[in-house]
Amino acid sequence: MTSSLATAALPTPMTARSEPRATRGPDPTVRPKGAAPWQDWLFERTTMFFALLVLFALLGIIGALAWAAVPAFGKFGPAFLYTNVWDPVKMVFGALAPVFGTLATSAIALLIGVPVSFGIALFLTEMCPVALKRPLGTAVELLAAVPSIIYGMWGLFVFAPVFGDYVQPALTRIFGDVWILGPLFQGAPNGIGVLAAGIILSVMVIPFIASVMRDVFEIVPAVLKESAYGLGATTWEVVRNVVLPYAKVGVIGGIMLGLGRALGETMAVTFVIGNAYRISASLFEPGISIASALANEFNEAAEPVHRASLIALGLVLFLLTFIVLAFSRMLLAQLAKGEGKST
Amino acid sequence: MRKHLTLAFLAVATSAFGLSAAAVDIIGAGATFPYPIYAKWAEAYRAKSGVSMNYQSIGSGGGIAQIKAKTVDFGASDMPLKPEDLQAAGLVQFPAIIGGVVPVVNIEGIAPGALKFTGPVLADIYLGKIKKWNEKPIADLNPGVKFPDELITVVRRSDGSGTTFIWTDYLSKVSPDWKTKVGANTAVAWPEGVGGKGNEGVAAYVQRIKGSIGYVEYAYAKRNRMAHAAVQNKEGQFVQPDDAAFQAAAGFADWKNAPGFYQILTDQPGKTSWPITGASFILMHQKQDKPANALEVLKFFDWAYRNGQKMASELDYVPIPEGVVKVVEDAWKAQLKDAAGKAVWN
Repeated sequence: MTSSLATAALPTPMTARSEPRATRGPDPTVRPKGAAPWQDWLFERTTMFFALLVLFALLGIIGALAWAAVPAFGKFGPAFLYTNVWDPVKMVFGALAPVFGTLATSAIALLIGVPVSFGIALFLTEMCPVALKRPLGTAVELLAAVPSIIYGMWGLFVFAPVFGDYVQPALTRIFGDVWILGPLFQGAPNGIGVLAAGIILSVMVIPFIASVMRDVFEIVPAVLKESAYGLGATTWEVVRNVVLPYAKVGVIGGIMLGLGRALGETMAVTFVIGNAYRISASLFEPGISIASALANEFNEAAEPVHRASLIALGLVLFLLTFIVLAFSRMLLAQLAKGEGKST
Repeated sequence: MRKHLTLAFLAVATSAFGLSAAAVDIIGAGATFPYPIYAKWAEAYRAKSGVSMNYQSIGSGGGIAQIKAKTVDFGASDMPLKPEDLQAAGLVQFPAIIGGVVPVVNIEGIAPGALKFTGPVLADIYLGKIKKWNEKPIADLNPGVKFPDELITVVRRSDGSGTTFIWTDYLSKVSPDWKTKVGANTAVAWPEGVGGKGNEGVAAYVQRIKGSIGYVEYAYAKRNRMAHAAVQNKEGQFVQPDDAAFQAAAGFADWKNAPGFYQILTDQPGKTSWPITGASFILMHQKQDKPANALEVLKFFDWAYRNGQKMASELDYVPIPEGVVKVVEDAWKAQLKDAAGKAVWN
């Protein structure tokens, strides 16, 4: 899956468009007159049907979510999106805490995951001894195949004790009194919370981002890199000025892929985030993400308002993912506009 | 070759038909509170009768939702539904087992049964008023115990739970502050704490987090060798949890005169009563579309009432007393009917 996305993100090869049309042969998309065998027609219609089916499924999901979420928005109005309350006894709900938790854990996951993935991809393409390339690459991709609930169990049983006993007290000791960072690292070092969930999420997104980055780095034509090396550039200069600009579409695509996974991750986060509907400055405090809220409560939300609020949360997550995707497209368009303008 | 394959396929297909006609397997879902004893009973019952009882412990809230949606043959809930709710949903309710919810702690050097709590102190811990272990209210109850200067990590349930209902009902009875601020239900707006999924999740969190306190059904505390605590009951006595204490509390229930067997067993009188006792209930539809499955469910519980007492006591649950079994089975006869109006149990 990752390699197909990587090729989709690659720039089109330069040879196909540069030759004049006359020498390329007949345009295959225009059917010659009098030759329209029914098999071609059937194939075209069938594949179009499946493509449209996906589109309709997407629209259907949005429609179903919006319809089922109407009772919640009807009762709470747009305030649902920015109130911080979750009371199943009094039936008052507000989405702020889950949205904040989702964004916070995903941000931490990317903050840690993107530099590490970049390092992995760079190492595998530029500096790795040939004998290690294949096993290391396979190992990174295997990490992506681990089911997320295994990550959750590993997080709770192996990572959380080590994190709580050694890493959290160290962080409090080092950053506790620093001006802005201090409040981020206060609280009981119990090994779970927003930071723990973010770190486990980063381990989960690294294989995705690293695989895509490595694939696009490898596609960079050797002649460009060799030319740069020949002019006396260092490895870092080659990466920054030759490889990255060439591969930027794939890099952004990989990061968005990882972000999409981090936003929607359910079981791994539910195990370690602590499931508390709270927003606090400290990363050690427990929080809640949209997916864990749904995993915990959807089973037994019998009251209509409760169920509608949970579905509204799902709709918010859908919109968040949509916004992220739109943002990445905008970013790519911006970057593409700047191509060819500066040397 | 093709002839052999066809014959082999036919043989497998017909034998599959034969297997499925043998036994009706029953599915139940709901409370995690009685899951250990239901699992034990199901294993013994399958050895004896060949009928498999498949129970999914998804929480009382889930059990109530699933039986209302008719996806299971019976639902299990520690929070009894009120007679009006039973009537509205067309459900029949009866008790299956009685057990106790115990507070468990994870503090270095504290052995099981070493700590004492009162109801108001537990409520204040869960409200966030008592933040550290070495504060005065806890230290006063436990002279001679050295508490660390650590923040208390409160562990509670993240899902809809009858165990939560029993716990919050007890806290509401002993702490007016808790009653007004939070109340009692299967899911509440917890002021404090970290949420685990199921009794299993709470047990896992308490075992892994130092300085934590949680509440679990006693079988989970015993099986995982966790440090439970004694709690002061209505008469002022500090009682250790065990099946004798649960039985003392259960003795005060008036099953015969309660429509829908609606009885809450928290904060019962009695010198040796455990104050956080509760019964776990089974929910089934009054009008049965699948009378064969319903009959199997009733046969399973009838077997469990008569033959499962020893297994229940081993796990420190209290089996339903014989006199009550008769009242329950009379209720089955009177209330559970198939589509034609004929009683399922006779």
